[in-house]
Amino acid sequence: MSQELIRLTNLVMEFDGERVLDSINLYINDKEFLTLLGPSGCGKTTTLRVIGGFLTPTSGDVLFDGKRINDVPAYKRKINTVFQRYALFPHLDVYDNIAFGLRIAKLDEKEIDERVTEMLEIVSLKGFENRKVTSLSGGQQQRVAIARALVNRPKVLLLDEPLGALDLRLRKDMQNELKRIQQAMGITFIYVTHDQEEALTMSDTIVVMDKGKIQQIGKPEDIYNEPKNAFVADFIGESNILDGVMLEDCKVRFFGRTFACVDKGFEKNEPVDVVIRPEDIDIVEADAGHLCGTVTSVTFKGVHYDTIVDFKGFKWLIQTTDYCPEGSYIGIRLNPEDIHIMRKSEYSGMFGDYSSYSAEYDEIADAEGSEDEA
Amino acid sequence: MKRKWLSGPYVLWMVLFTLIPLGVVLYFALTDAATGKFTLSNLAKIADYWPIFLRSIWLSIIATLICLLIGYPVAYFIAHCKPTTQRLLQMMIMLPMCISFLLRTLAWVALLDDTGIINNFLTSIGLSPLPLIRNNGAVILGMVYNYLPYMILPLFTVLMKIDPRLIEAAEDLGCNSRQVFSRVILPLSVPGIVSGITMVFVPAVSTFYISQKLGSPGTILIGDVIESQFKAAYNPNFGAALSLVLMVLIFVCVGVMNRFTNDDEESMVTL
Amino acid sequence: MRRTNRIFTILVFIFLYIPMIVLAVASFNKGKDIAVFQGFTLNQYKELFRDDNLLRLLGNSVIIAVLSMTIATVLGTVAAVGIHSMRGKLRSAVMGLTNIPMTNPDIVTGVSLALLFAFVGVLLRINAVLGFWTLLIAHITFSLPYVILNVMPKLAQMDPNLTEAALDLGCTPVQAFFKVVLHEIMPGIVSGALMAFTMSLDDFVISYFVTGSGFVTLPVEIYSYTKKPIQPKVYAMFTLMFVAILLLMVTMNLLQARDNSRRKKLRKREAYR
Repeated sequence: MSQELIRLTNLVMEFDGERVLDSINLYINDKEFLTLLGPSGCGKTTTLRVIGGFLTPTSGDVLFDGKRINDVPAYKRKINTVFQRYALFPHLDVYDNIAFGLRIAKLDEKEIDERVTEMLEIVSLKGFENRKVTSLSGGQQQRVAIARALVNRPKVLLLDEPLGALDLRLRKDMQNELKRIQQAMGITFIYVTHDQEEALTMSDTIVVMDKGKIQQIGKPEDIYNEPKNAFVADFIGESNILDGVMLEDCKVRFFGRTFACVDKGFEKNEPVDVVIRPEDIDIVEADAGHLCGTVTSVTFKGVHYDTIVDFKGFKWLIQTTDYCPEGSYIGIRLNPEDIHIMRKSEYSGMFGDYSSYSAEYDEIADAEGSEDEA
Repeated sequence: MKRKWLSGPYVLWMVLFTLIPLGVVLYFALTDAATGKFTLSNLAKIADYWPIFLRSIWLSIIATLICLLIGYPVAYFIAHCKPTTQRLLQMMIMLPMCISFLLRTLAWVALLDDTGIINNFLTSIGLSPLPLIRNNGAVILGMVYNYLPYMILPLFTVLMKIDPRLIEAAEDLGCNSRQVFSRVILPLSVPGIVSGITMVFVPAVSTFYISQKLGSPGTILIGDVIESQFKAAYNPNFGAALSLVLMVLIFVCVGVMNRFTNDDEESMVTL
Repeated sequence: MRRTNRIFTILVFIFLYIPMIVLAVASFNKGKDIAVFQGFTLNQYKELFRDDNLLRLLGNSVIIAVLSMTIATVLGTVAAVGIHSMRGKLRSAVMGLTNIPMTNPDIVTGVSLALLFAFVGVLLRINAVLGFWTLLIAHITFSLPYVILNVMPKLAQMDPNLTEAALDLGCTPVQAFFKVVLHEIMPGIVSGALMAFTMSLDDFVISYFVTGSGFVTLPVEIYSYTKKPIQPKVYAMFTLMFVAILLLMVTMNLLQARDNSRRKKLRKREAYR
C-alpha cells in the first residue's frame, strides 16, 4: 500500500435533481484492491463510472496522480473497465477483441501480437484466438473482457459486478483468479459488487455505501468486527441489533441488565445500538444464562443451525452447531468482546430484529437486489 | 459532448420540408387566388364538396374493414408457420408493395373491363358479360387490392410478438381455443389492428388514381378533386384548402384510433 | 380450422398476384390488347431496349432513388444516433416530427411541397422551379423516416456498454461509432436504405406534384399513359423490374436470416449462463 493514486473530493452527482452521490470523499492507493460494496441504487456503479470518465460529476473533483481529471474524456484516461455484461464486440473474434485497444493506440502488429499472446496465457485462453466471442461460455467471455482491459496496461482496472452473471461455483473460482491476476500484475483494482462475501474474500479495502453516501471505509476484518452503524452491521453478515444505554466506559445496559463490554469513548448514559453477531452467542442451560428465552424456529443450514430465540418479545438469530428443538427454554452467555457498541444513526431501529424471520431471508434480499439492478 | 446535436441537420431538414410546407398550405388555403388577401371563401367553398368527402370516407371505411377481415386470418396463418416459410410469405406480401401500383391497377382494368379478360372468358363459355368496372365495387376492390399488404404486415408483426406461453397459460386456466382467441390473442393484437387500419385508411381516403381508372365520373373521390385543382383547374388556393381539411380529418381519425393503443410505434415500417 | 385458413391464405395470395401474372403474360403477347393473348413473342423486350426515352426515364428514377437513398441513409443514421441519446419531451417532439410524413397522406405531402416550392420560386423569381432538385428534396424527405424507424430499434437492442467499452479502450467518440456502433446497427441501416430505395423508385403521388416537365421519372410517365394508349413494352419493363425487385428482396431476406441466426445463438448463450 504505497502511494495514493486516485482521490475523490466532495463528489456530488445529481440526475434530474435527484442526488445519487452525496459528498463522496475517498482515496485509493496504488496496487490496492478496493471494493465498493452496497445494495443496488447505493451509488457504487455511479462512483465507478465517474472514475472511468463516463459521467461528469455535478460538483467535486476527481484527482488522478494529484491531477484533476474531471474533464478528461474516458478514452484519454489510463483506466480500463470490465463491464457488467462484458460488452465484448460481437463482430470481432477473441484475438481482435483483445487487440482492440492496442490497435486504437496504433502499436505495431508485432508488439500487439506479443502482448495479446501474453494476455491469453494469463487468462488461460490460449487456443481460443479465432473463436467468435458469441460462441464462448460466460466464464470465458469474462476472461476475454479482463484480458481486453489489462492488455492496455492500465494503472487502474475498474470492474463492475464482473461475476454477477456467473453461477456460484464459477464465481468462487473467478474470485481467486482475479485476486491472483491483480497481485501478479500489480495493478489497482476498483471492484463493484453487492455481494458482501465476495467483498470480504477479495478486498484490501472495502467501502460500504448506501443512499449515495459512504457508510464506512476499512479493512474487511474491521468492517465485519467494528461496523460503524446499523446499516453496515446488517449488510455485512447477520446481526442482532438492540437498543442500549452506555452507562460508562466498558459498561452497557440493555434488556434491563448491565453487561461488560470493551468499547470506550461514549458520553455518560448515551443511547447506543448494540450489535451481537449470531455466531458469537453461546447457548447454555437456562439457569446459567445471562438471558433466557424460548426457541421459536430452527433451520438447518449445513455447517450450523439458524436458531431464532424469543427474548421478551425481541427475537434474536443465533447460529450454533448445537441443536435446540423448537419450544425449548434456553439461556445464553455473552462475553465482553462479543458485544459491539455503535453510535445511534439514521439507520437505528431499522435492522437487526428477526421477528419477521424467514428461512429464506438471503434469497429474498437477493431477489430484490437483482430486480433493481435490471 | 452532446450527442443529441447529431440530429440537428435532420430536425432542420424536417422543419424545412414538412412543417413549413404545412404552414404554406395553411397560407394558401386562407388567401385569395387573385388578390393574395386573407379570405375564408376557399374553406367556405368546401361545403359543396361534402358529398365527395363523405363518399371517400365511406368507401375507404368499407375497404379498410374488408382488408381487416381478409388480412387477419392471413396474418394469423403466417404467424403460425415455420420461420423459413414465414420469411418467404412475408416477402411475398411485401413484394407487390414495391411494384408500380399504377401498372397493377391497370392490370385490374384489363381484368374487369367490359371486354376484359374475365368478361371475355364469360362470353366464351356462353354467359353474358357482367358490369364489373366503373362502379363503387370496383373502386373498393382496387383499394383492398392495393392496401391489403399494409394491413397484413402490422397484424403479422403483432401476432408474432405474442408470447406462446400466454396461450399455454390461458389454456391452462381453462380457455377453449375460441376463448383463447377472444380473450388473449385478439386483445393483444389491438395495436396491430389499429396500425393496420391507419395504414389502409389514410392512403385509401386520399387516393386519386384508383377511382379514375376503376370508377366512373360519378364515383370521384376527394383525391381526384385535389389533383384536378393543381393539374387541371389550376386553383392551388382551393386545392390547399381541400388538402388542409383532408389532413385535419385524417389526423383526427388517427388520433381517435391511437386512443385505443399506447403503442405509438409504426410496427409496419421496419423490416 | 387450420386447413380452411391455409386455403383462404392461398386464395388471398392468388388475389394479390393475379394482376402481376396478367402483366407478365402481356409482356410476351404478340397482340396489342392486354385482354387477348395472340401468341408468344419477345418483341416487346426488343422494343423496350430500343426505346431510349423509356430507358432514360428509368435512368432518372434510378438516379433519384440512389441519391435520395444515400443522403437519407447517412442523414437518418446520424440523426437516429442523436435521437437515441434524447430523453423525454425532446425525444417525443422529434419522433412526432418523424411521424408527420408517415401519417400524412402522400397527396398532402406532395401538395404541400409543391406549394412550398412554388412559393419559394415566386420569392426568388424563378419560373420553372420544379425539376430535379425539388424531386430529390421530396424523395429524401419521405425516405428519412423509414431510415430512422429502421435504425432506432437496432440502437435500442445494442448493449449500451459497447460504446463505453470502445471509449474505455481509447477510441474517440467518432472512432467508437465507426469501429463498433456501425457494425451493430448495420442490419437496420441496410433495411432502411433498401426501403428508402424501393419507396423512391416506386413513388408516384409525391413525385407527380413536385416534378416539372424537365425531369420526369418512370412512374410519372406511366401515369401519363392513362391518357394515351399504353405501349406493350411497358409490360416488358414491368416484368424485368419485378424480377429485379424479387432478387433484391431475396438477398435482403438472406442477410436478415443470417442476422437472426446470429442473434438467436447469442440469446441461447445468455440463457445458458
